[in-house]
Amino acid sequence: MAKTYNPVPRKPHDRDSVAGLRVAITGGTSGLGLALVHEFVARGARAAFVARDRARVECIAAAASAHGIVGDVACKEDIHRIALQVLGLLGGLDCLINNASSLGPVPLRPLGDTDCEDLELALATNVVGPFRLTKALLGALAASAREDRGAVVLNVSSDAAINAYAGWGAYGTSKAALRQLSRIWHEEMKTQGVGFLSLDPGDMDTPLHTLALPDADPATLKRPETAARELVDAICIALAGRSRLPPSRDGASIDACTEAAAAPG
Amino acid sequence: MIAADKPRQRASSARLLVIAAGGSLTHAARTDLVDFLRRGDLVVANDAATLPASLHGMHLPTGAAIEVRLAGRLARDAGDLRRCIAVVFGAGDFRIRTEDRPLPPALAAGDRLALGPLAAMIERGLDHPRLIALRFDGSATEVWTGLARHGRPIQYAHMPMPLKLWDVWTPIAGPPVAFEPPSAGFALDWRLLAVLRDRGIGFATLTHAAGISSTGDVDLDRRLPFPEPYFIPASAVRAIRRSRGCSGRIVAVGTTVVRALEHAASLGGGVRPGAGIARQRIDARTKLRVVDAILSGAHEPGSSHYDLLRAFADDATLRAATAELDAQHYRTHEFGDSLLVERRRPCASCWRESVVRAAA
Repeated sequence: MAKTYNPVPRKPHDRDSVAGLRVAITGGTSGLGLALVHEFVARGARAAFVARDRARVECIAAAASAHGIVGDVACKEDIHRIALQVLGLLGGLDCLINNASSLGPVPLRPLGDTDCEDLELALATNVVGPFRLTKALLGALAASAREDRGAVVLNVSSDAAINAYAGWGAYGTSKAALRQLSRIWHEEMKTQGVGFLSLDPGDMDTPLHTLALPDADPATLKRPETAARELVDAICIALAGRSRLPPSRDGASIDACTEAAAAPG
Repeated sequence: MIAADKPRQRASSARLLVIAAGGSLTHAARTDLVDFLRRGDLVVANDAATLPASLHGMHLPTGAAIEVRLAGRLARDAGDLRRCIAVVFGAGDFRIRTEDRPLPPALAAGDRLALGPLAAMIERGLDHPRLIALRFDGSATEVWTGLARHGRPIQYAHMPMPLKLWDVWTPIAGPPVAFEPPSAGFALDWRLLAVLRDRGIGFATLTHAAGISSTGDVDLDRRLPFPEPYFIPASAVRAIRRSRGCSGRIVAVGTTVVRALEHAASLGGGVRPGAGIARQRIDARTKLRVVDAILSGAHEPGSSHYDLLRAFADDATLRAATAELDAQHYRTHEFGDSLLVERRRPCASCWRESVVRAAA
């Protein structure tokens, strides 16, 4: 049950602990998002997740001991409804993970064959949605920073944000924009103690990857649970005020484009 | 004064009337607010987010259309909105002035209400045909889901267009506990917070569950504001002590911050962190213990907001200010222009008291 008054104290600057952390994760019913929900809950965090499909949300909320919220980050009307439920259920917020992603048109196709509407949809889900949700939750995150609980926003990135992969135009363009958004947010909000991370979890065995590359051998892909563990470790470090993130264990690039959360003044 | 009828939180044309401690009046652009603050001052704002507390639906025993406005939470836990105090109107919506809204059908304990996806039961009446305690069916989580889907911000006839939740969501909004927006906070933005920091002016927040400002019913309005829960975080108390220590002023953004801080200070021992319930009215008789200045909307004489300003400035000064607001066509209501009112003179004994406390 959420408690706004007398929020459960969280030990600040404990580098391995997310116990008591109030975290919201978008795209929480499959792939990396689902693995993040499980990882956070297993490590003692209080998690709320967002996804579009009501039945899946309810099923996973019950199984994972997390708060499930039905909503679509690409839909303007849904954003403040999501924010309302996140803050109502958790009483505040220490960490937001913008994980929900749209691949753009599938099967993948060259930009010349990409409908403008498909590009718009990828931008709505991968850039504008995270921007809106971050903005709606920014006050809560800054309040958390003032209380020395730490505050971090993780925007899940991709190597397609940096490399020009043929066929990945809508996705890569949107992820590049999200990465730059993270960097500028970070510059602007670091004096308020809110840190922004843009991290590439690597190629994972997830529904999104299957959509993009149906013929990929899952054995060659990272398990989302592994990526989730690495991301939560990175968030711990950011919350503890570390300035540099370690490289990922299996060599996948962790895109440490940002400094970790600045300690609130 | 004219009513601000567009939901723009930070209109670039917004104005600020500064009422100094000595009673002098200065007109300014609200974007220049920071120029009236000094190094060492502390700005304290209410970070409550606003609930979509207006629920249209039906009184099932009669089939009559009603609007339920949630006005207070009965559980201590802010995550639990299952039991609420509510004001009930008959048919119609915000476009009709509250004064002209018909009464709901006779409401009795046990009556069922259908409010979109939410179902509720009247627990009891509260000595007025419009005022009830109600209980929603379902879990606390289901109530949040239902409110998010069906609730609308409470609004009044001076604002012709339906408000969206984002219209009333302040830039610093956190815990959703307010039934109406802590609208003085509309004046804040992140640029201002950065400038405050650059100039050595502190910023802190508390969370105060602002209740409804008006019911349109004279008897009921006399009972406002209802008791309002608040939470003052340790960081705000530290900031107040720091500011006091260097003779800085405590500048409250909005009446709710005044209510919370003055209530906390009235318990003795200075402002302490933690939860409380503000029950007091603040008016001309109130001796302010903590707050030195208030940033507030421009309100009509006779309103409870205006009454609160009488704790800061004497009636002659406020009359002169009202005349200026009228003459200069300031915009009133929640999306209107602002006043910065400095307490008439530092009450020497209070001041000493708090400095001693701060040092303790």
